[in-house]
Amino acid sequence: MANMAQAIRMALHYGEENLGLKEIFGEDVGPPLGGVFTVTQGLKTTWNSPLDERGIIGAAMGLGAAGRRCVAEVQFCDYIYNTIDLLKLAGMQSWASNGDWNMPMTVMTPVGSGIRGSIYHSHSFDATMTHIPGWKIVMPSNPLDAYGLMLACLKDPNPTMYLKPKALLRIRGQEKIPGEPDLTPEGEKQLKEMIDAPLGDRSKWKARWPQLEDYTVEIGKAAKVREGEHLTIVSYGRTLPLAVQAADQVAAEGISVEVIDMRTLWPYDWQMISESIRKTRRVIYVNEDTEVTNFGEHLVRRTVEELFYDLEARPKLLAGAFIPGIGLADTLEMASAPQLNHIVDAIREVAAERA
Amino acid sequence: MTMEETQLKRSSAQTHTPKPSRPPMAAHLAPTKAKAASSPKHQFRLAPQQLIQIHDLMVKSRVLEERLIRMYKQSDGYFWIGGPGEEAFNIPLGLSVKKGQGPQFDYLHLHYRSSGILLAMGAEPISFIRQMKNVASDPYSGGRNFANHASIKAWNVLPITSTIETQYQTAIGTGIAQMREGGQGLTIVNGGDAGTAEGDFASCLVWSTRPNEELPILIIVTNNEWGISTPANTQHGESHIADRARAFNIKSRTINGNDVEESFFAIREAMDYIRKERKPYMIEARVSRLYGHSSASGANLVTNESDPLTLFEDQLESAGILSKQEMADLREKYNTEMLEMAKRVKEEPLPDASTIYDHVYAGQKGKYW
Repeated sequence: MANMAQAIRMALHYGEENLGLKEIFGEDVGPPLGGVFTVTQGLKTTWNSPLDERGIIGAAMGLGAAGRRCVAEVQFCDYIYNTIDLLKLAGMQSWASNGDWNMPMTVMTPVGSGIRGSIYHSHSFDATMTHIPGWKIVMPSNPLDAYGLMLACLKDPNPTMYLKPKALLRIRGQEKIPGEPDLTPEGEKQLKEMIDAPLGDRSKWKARWPQLEDYTVEIGKAAKVREGEHLTIVSYGRTLPLAVQAADQVAAEGISVEVIDMRTLWPYDWQMISESIRKTRRVIYVNEDTEVTNFGEHLVRRTVEELFYDLEARPKLLAGAFIPGIGLADTLEMASAPQLNHIVDAIREVAAERA
Repeated sequence: MTMEETQLKRSSAQTHTPKPSRPPMAAHLAPTKAKAASSPKHQFRLAPQQLIQIHDLMVKSRVLEERLIRMYKQSDGYFWIGGPGEEAFNIPLGLSVKKGQGPQFDYLHLHYRSSGILLAMGAEPISFIRQMKNVASDPYSGGRNFANHASIKAWNVLPITSTIETQYQTAIGTGIAQMREGGQGLTIVNGGDAGTAEGDFASCLVWSTRPNEELPILIIVTNNEWGISTPANTQHGESHIADRARAFNIKSRTINGNDVEESFFAIREAMDYIRKERKPYMIEARVSRLYGHSSASGANLVTNESDPLTLFEDQLESAGILSKQEMADLREKYNTEMLEMAKRVKEEPLPDASTIYDHVYAGQKGKYW
C-alpha cells in the first residue's frame, strides 16, 4: 500500500532504470532531504539546485533540448508563477519552430490546499497551467495513477506538467503498483523499510527498490471511478476522493452519481465526459482552483455549446473562492476551497433542479 | 611573446581596470572617418584568405539586413529587427562554432541580432528573407515568427525568441548536458547589454559556477549601450558588464567588438579555454547598432556610430588585401542576388490557414483537441 509520495518515487526510480531519466533536480530534491514531501528520496540521479525557479525551468528546457531526460521540481506551485514566460516558451518550442524542435521535459510541483499551508503553500496551478498551450498536464488522485502518469510523462516527447495534490501525498492506495510488496500492513511496513529514508543520519542509507514493472496511464484518458445514473461529477486531484465520498453519501438518499477522474487536464478525455453527461443529463465540475477563469469554466462552456439539449439541469462549477490566497485558520481554509459538505450540497442542488 | 599573445594580454588587462564611470559614448562607437588613406599600412595577424572570407560574410550579412529593412519599408514584412553593426564580432563567432547536432557540438542560444553568426555557419540568406515575408517556406518558423528568429536543430540552434534574456536560462540546460557528457562541445549564449538587468543573466552566472559542476558556457554580451530608446548609462552603474563575472570567478574580457581581429582572437581564446577547462567564460563585446533597435524605431541608418564594416574595409585596403572597387563589386553582387531572392519570395504562398494547429505537440498535424 504505497502512498502517493512513494508511488511517484518508485516511478522515478523506474524511469532512471528503464526510461533514460538522467536528471532529477530542484530545491532540496537531492540528499539529504530528498524533497520536502520525500518524493525524491533514495534516487540515484537527484541533485539540489540553486534557489532559483527560473533557473530550474530554464535548465529543464535546455536539458530537454539536448535530449537529456529530466524531471525538474518547483518546490511549491506558489513559486512557479515567476516562471510563466519560460513555461510559455517551453510549450511553444515545437510550434514556433514549425516542428523543428521538441522539448521532452517534465516539471512536477505540489499544488492545492489541505495541509494548512497558509497563503504561500496552498495555491492551485491548474487554471493557469491549462492556459499554456503545448504542455501535457496531469494530476493524479491515487498512488497507482501517480505511478502510471509519471511513466507516461517520462515517455512523452513534449513538455509535461505533473501536478502533485499535496493533500493526497500521504494517502495510501487500494490498488497495487506492479512490483510493490503486498497490500497488507506487513507489505506497507516492508516498503517503508525499503524506500523511505530513515530519520537522522542518512549518509550511508541506500534505498532497496522493489522489482517494479511498467504501468502507464495514457495521457488524455480519464477514469470512471463510480458508475451512476442521475448526475455526473468531473473532478481531479484533491477533490476527487471527496467527490467519491459525496457520491457514496448521497447514494443513501437515492441519488446515483457517476464520478469521473480526469487524471489528465490537457489533453483531456472529452469523450468519456460527454458520454457520461449525455447519460445522466446533469453535471458538476469540481476543482479547488479559484473560480474565475477556472479550467472548469472551459468545461462548462463546452458542455453548454455541445450538450445543451442533452441537459436537464444547469451545469455547475464548484471551485475555490476567488480570493488571493487561502487563509491559515481552519475556518478560512475550509471556506476557501471545496470540501465534502460543499460537494454534497451541490449534488443535492443539481439533482433537485427540475428539468 | 608573440604579437597575438601581446594583444590578448592587453585586451585581458582592460577587463581588470574598472573605469570610475561610464563615458557618455564609448570610444568604439565614435564615428570614424576613413583614416586608412593617411595611416600606415594596416598589419593583420590573420591570413589574407581568412580576412577575405570574413569580409565576404560581413558584406553578405550587412546586405541581407539592409534587404530585410527594405522589405519592411516596402510592406513585404511586418517587422524588422536584426544585427547590422555587429558583423565584426558575429562573423568570427560563427566561423568558430563547432557545428552539428547533439551535445558533442556547440549549442547556440541566440538573440535576434545574430544573422551574421548563422550566415558564417552556412545559413542561406533566402531563409531569412522567407521568414521576413512569413511565407510557408520559411524554414525557421513556417511564417509564424519575426525576422531573424531562426531555428536550426541540425546545428543546435535553439529557436530564437523575442523574450529578452530567457536564452541565458535555457543555456544552463544544454551546459549541464555537455558537462555530464564531456567532449569538446560548448554552449554559446548571446544577448544585449540592457537584458543583463534581468535576473536570467544572474541565473546563468550562478548556475554555471556551482562548485565542481561548472558549465562549459560562452556567455556573450554584445553591448551597444542601448535598450531600445534607453541609454545604458542612465540605468547601469557598473563600469563593465564583464565585471559581474568576477564575483563568480568567471574569466572575462571586455573587447572592441567592432574590430574583426580583436573579436576573432578573443573568441578563439575563450572557446579554447572552455573546451579544455569545461568552465564558463564571459565576453562583453562593445558593438554598434547601426539601424536603431528595430523597425519600430524607423530602422534608419544611424550616422553617429562607427561602422565595423567600413573600418574593416579601410584596413583591408590599407593592407593591400582588397581594393575599394573589389569590395564595392562584392556588395553589388550580394545586392543583386538578394534583390532577386526577395522578388522570388514575394511570389511564394503564405502558410495555409489550416496549419495553425500543426506542431503544437511534437509531430502533430491538424487540430489536436
